[in-house]
Amino acid sequence: MNGKKLGWLYGGLLLGSVLAIAMIVIKPVGASTQFVILDGIIWDSISPIVSETTQTTTGYTSENSYLAKNEGAYAKKVANPFSYSLIFAISIAFGGLLSRYTMGPKITQEEKSTPTVWMNRFGKGSSYKRYIMTFTGGLLILFGSRLASGCTSGHMMSGMMQTSVSGYFFAFGVFLTAVPTSILFYMKKEK
Amino acid sequence: MTTTILAILLGTAFGFAIHRVGASNPSGIINMLRLQDMHLMRVILFAIAISSTMIFTAMAFDMVDLSHLTIKSMTWGVIVGGMVFGLGWGVAGYCPGTAACAVSEGRKDARFFILGAMIGSFFYMIGFDFVKDTFLVDTLFGGQAILADVTPKNETAIVSVLPALVTAIIIAAIFTTVAYFLPSSKKPESL
Repeated sequence: MNGKKLGWLYGGLLLGSVLAIAMIVIKPVGASTQFVILDGIIWDSISPIVSETTQTTTGYTSENSYLAKNEGAYAKKVANPFSYSLIFAISIAFGGLLSRYTMGPKITQEEKSTPTVWMNRFGKGSSYKRYIMTFTGGLLILFGSRLASGCTSGHMMSGMMQTSVSGYFFAFGVFLTAVPTSILFYMKKEK
Repeated sequence: MTTTILAILLGTAFGFAIHRVGASNPSGIINMLRLQDMHLMRVILFAIAISSTMIFTAMAFDMVDLSHLTIKSMTWGVIVGGMVFGLGWGVAGYCPGTAACAVSEGRKDARFFILGAMIGSFFYMIGFDFVKDTFLVDTLFGGQAILADVTPKNETAIVSVLPALVTAIIIAAIFTTVAYFLPSSKKPESL
């Protein structure tokens, strides 16, 4: 059975309801912070980076100034990884699977290495180039997200939902560079 | 325990919605950014409109703990970070949340994105000492600025002449109108 993606009306209704329910029940959704927590967990398992202290309100601190900021808020999450937000982020992957196996949009074998838009521009057999570019993209996106303190979910969706000024400015900054970048990068060569 | 169950349920629902609207497919994101197919833009705008109306209605009837409101600080880093994010987004077509869905549906390029994302956030962690002494952390609009006037919180309200719910509904109406009139792709098979 071949599934289909939802149209904008029902799709927006579904996504919007999830955003609202999350905020009403516990807190607005967000994803990018969890990469910091994940890095912190790996770092801490190689060489201890977070420690308990009586100096901060959270009871945790870190030698790394980013993990130690805001009274050791991130340090606490690294020390207690099974907090709400990390489980939330991991569950996103399960949700995607659930949709896929309940008549959600299907993916072709070819698309598993490179999306159609990439194949149309760079041809088949260019998947290693695509891997390098998604790696670089991921690097820029998370560096940018941390600089901005949020990403598409935390700033653009949850932020603008709450009429947060920072959400609007984040969206402005993103589209300012993303639109010309993708137009130029995926522009077909003149035949 | 309750928090863990909520994290699983809400994370799964969020991932389900991301996948079902087609946002885990980078072609959808990239074709939106190339202004070829506005499907995802319509979904996001309508999702913000719906969720905003829902949470501000709930807040107007005292059905939400106002401590759930999470207004991120408006800094120069939000704009600059957004622009760095946009460079990566325009090429990769993944965001931190959608990449988690993409990995679970078997997209190999998304695995490289996740790897890059972990390194990007690591660079930010070790570079934070430098960033925190620059203009990037300087606040604008009084920091935690919000358009709708949610009085019991001490954020800076921009639109203080209207009740919060009215401001939210006006914005939601504008977003819905734009979503309604934006064109989706004329040739859906191009995705």
